[in-house]
Amino acid sequence: MEKYLYLALFSPLVGSLFASLFGAKPKKLFVGLVASTLLFVSLFSSIYLLCYVASSDNIIHVKLFDWIKVGGINIPFGFIVDPVSVIMMVTVTTVSAFVHVYSLGYMKHDEGFNRFFSYLSAFVFSMMVLVMSDNFAGLFIGWEGVGLCSWLLIGFWYKKEDVAREINPSISPSWAANEAFIMNRIADLGMLIGLFLIYWNTGSLQYDKVFENISTLNITIVTLIGIFLFIGAMGKSAQFPFHTWLADAMEGPTPVSALIHAATMVTAGVFLIIRSYPLYSQIPDVGFFIATLGAFVAVFAASMALVNQDLKRIIAYSTLSQLGYMFVAAGLGAYWIALFHLMTHAFFKSLLFLGAGNVMHAMDDELNIFKMGGLRKTMKWTAIMMIIGSLALAGIYPFAGFFSKDKILAVAFDSNHYILWFMLWVGAGMTAFYSFRLIMLVFFGDERYKKYGFHPHEAYWYMLLAMAPLAILAIIAGFFEESFEHFVTYLLPEYHFNIEGIKEVGLIGITTLIALSGIVFAIYKYSKGGFNPKWKENFLYKLLLNQYYIPIIYEKCITKPYAKLSKIAWKEFDVRIIDATVDFIAKIIYISGFKGRVVQSGNLSKMLGWMVIGLVILLLLVVLYSPVR
Amino acid sequence: MITLTHYLVLSAILFCIGLVGVLRRKNLLMLFFSTEILLNAVNVGFAAISKYYMDLTGQMFAFFIIAIAASEVAVGLGLLIIWYKRVGSIDLDTMQSMNG
Amino acid sequence: MIEAIAFYTFAILTIAMFVIVVMSRNALYSMSALAAGMIFISGFFFLLDADFLGVVQIIVYTGAVMALYAFAMMFFDTTKEVKEKNSSNYKVFLLSGLSAILLIIIFVSPIISQKVQALYPMKENIGNTQSIGIVLFTKYLVPFEVAAIMLLVAMISGIVMASKRMDESLTLKVDEEIQKEEVK
Repeated sequence: MEKYLYLALFSPLVGSLFASLFGAKPKKLFVGLVASTLLFVSLFSSIYLLCYVASSDNIIHVKLFDWIKVGGINIPFGFIVDPVSVIMMVTVTTVSAFVHVYSLGYMKHDEGFNRFFSYLSAFVFSMMVLVMSDNFAGLFIGWEGVGLCSWLLIGFWYKKEDVAREINPSISPSWAANEAFIMNRIADLGMLIGLFLIYWNTGSLQYDKVFENISTLNITIVTLIGIFLFIGAMGKSAQFPFHTWLADAMEGPTPVSALIHAATMVTAGVFLIIRSYPLYSQIPDVGFFIATLGAFVAVFAASMALVNQDLKRIIAYSTLSQLGYMFVAAGLGAYWIALFHLMTHAFFKSLLFLGAGNVMHAMDDELNIFKMGGLRKTMKWTAIMMIIGSLALAGIYPFAGFFSKDKILAVAFDSNHYILWFMLWVGAGMTAFYSFRLIMLVFFGDERYKKYGFHPHEAYWYMLLAMAPLAILAIIAGFFEESFEHFVTYLLPEYHFNIEGIKEVGLIGITTLIALSGIVFAIYKYSKGGFNPKWKENFLYKLLLNQYYIPIIYEKCITKPYAKLSKIAWKEFDVRIIDATVDFIAKIIYISGFKGRVVQSGNLSKMLGWMVIGLVILLLLVVLYSPVR
Repeated sequence: MITLTHYLVLSAILFCIGLVGVLRRKNLLMLFFSTEILLNAVNVGFAAISKYYMDLTGQMFAFFIIAIAASEVAVGLGLLIIWYKRVGSIDLDTMQSMNG
Repeated sequence: MIEAIAFYTFAILTIAMFVIVVMSRNALYSMSALAAGMIFISGFFFLLDADFLGVVQIIVYTGAVMALYAFAMMFFDTTKEVKEKNSSNYKVFLLSGLSAILLIIIFVSPIISQKVQALYPMKENIGNTQSIGIVLFTKYLVPFEVAAIMLLVAMISGIVMASKRMDESLTLKVDEEIQKEEVK
């Protein structure tokens, strides 16, 4: 079995290294093919492992080699395949395998074709390390690895120039990449502190040992650990206040957005919380805080998606909002539901992004949805798949989102957090509305693109083929709920619902009702030509369009003062004090050498004189410090 | 009564005369003479200690010092002659080739 | 009593000779004074019961070394006075005097004294030369042989260096000519 584990883990790495050999060369199709094939190897190994773990209830645990062995620290490179990690493995490899195939078409005309596959496979490898590691240190390595790959991929088109924030809210790919990286670094500091606290208090970073000892620890310490780990999770999963990078990350190529910034990497935070459930189940207060923040982000992000005109940003905000849902479930102790939503979300959100990629391709990278419309005529299949994705996202029966999202709402209601439930409920309505606003504006209505001279065309057949499995999964994934629950609760705690019968049905009904009304409202409004342009003058509209002015506030209150502080530290402190000190020391040596050079005249007589002076000094020392006197 | 101290003080005085020579003279030949004085001064001290401590080690060292002095003179004078043939002077100040 | 007289006489003579060596402007005078000083030093050795050392001093120093110096001086123009720039005598005497004072302080104040244990004590009934021979050829055999080799090496090098192109009068040649020849 270990063979399959290594196969699943290392074939993306091999693919990445292979592709990197051709990184600077012009496009070679076989590079992408090899990388994709290796990804499929990884996918099938993961599925095989899933079947094995599901059928035998065994957990595969291997230790590759010792990694850090210093003093009392012993951190091995160990990997574990248990229900949680195998679900993540399958999700990650499924989405990434299809995204790889899709990228073959999407990146067809890009000069960085080979480089792209190298980064993409490296990302998958890092993600596999993240989910498969059996200790926090390995998880952190994967965590940083995906951060690095994310940085590389967001800034993939790094040659683009910076533009003003008014024209493009994310300025430029390299700017967005740096923003994402720095935001994550700030949050990762929190996570590192959490890891230090764990090691300090339990003496190990292995999951099993840590969770064994966690109940014996002081509750304050556990709370602190929980908070610091969650700060790390907030950064990676783009929760408020670290959320700005995710929307800006849409500067990267669309397959990247589908894979990294929707399906896999951003869910790492949720995964961390699920992984550390023995820790978080000790501290329900922190859990409640996580849930509250999640619910807030769910509504907050959805509200920004309502008015945005950028195709990819809308989907990015929806990702943010769905991550909020997952955190609500995880925070309230329904870990398996969070994991379930993570999985279904990965399928339909990557589907949506890939569909958006098709649209972008057809529209020559135009992203403004008000310049599109009526695309269903030319892009029938894309339209169908995006509608499937949107229905799943909105949570309509029988699509995947219905099962997972309804469960989250039920959890919120069931644990008597009615305010949270209400927020999520409103969020669900908003989700349905903005999803179908997007569908209506892009695929239905007037063919506005003709005004701008676009000639849309359907994507290549294999791109559609790559999307098809995701579409199918977006439809059917929900029906695996029972077996999924049975499978993962082998490891994760079960969640018992108190409400039953009529209440449960009513709850589902209410949720479906708001989703449906959101959809109907969107269809109704936008089939009639949309809202009155007067709305654009509204303060609320501007507030939402400008992302609550948060990026500007960050720039004004944090970035600029920090830059000023750095400049002061540089000009005043570094140059004047540190550099001056170093220069001073160097100057002293230089001058003393210059002056002392005279001594080395090469004149033997003078040297003898110096020798005698040395002799006198030694004699003086003997007289003064003689030990026998 | 002549004690060890007498001999040692004599040895010190001779040594310092040697030092004066080493410092003062610029002629290489004179420097060689001065080093001979230094070595002899030390030899006197060794012989005296040997006598007053009834130990032959001092004399042994004196012997070896004489041997070293002899070979030093042989090699040193050889070099000195070559130098003189080349430069025509054995003054120390003319040997300086560095700027300092 | 005789010992004291001998010591002071020799001391005064030796110091006087060596001062002449150091101060004299004429190389020939210096050399002669040095030879005399060496002989007076051998007087100390006889006083100190180191007969063999005294004999060696006379033979090696006054005989061999001085002869070497004498031969060497044939290469140099010794009749004319040695011209030297004696920059600051004041500094020289200060340094030397200071070290002399320090040395004397060190020697006069009771030193190491009692703690010394004789490594190779002299035996009463055996003569100096004989006991030296015993020690030299037992305990100091290896250093003795090494010294012998060193002397051999020094002798050969002395011959080689001094005899280079004995047939030509290099002193009369100009620098460039010599260098030209060396290049060949």
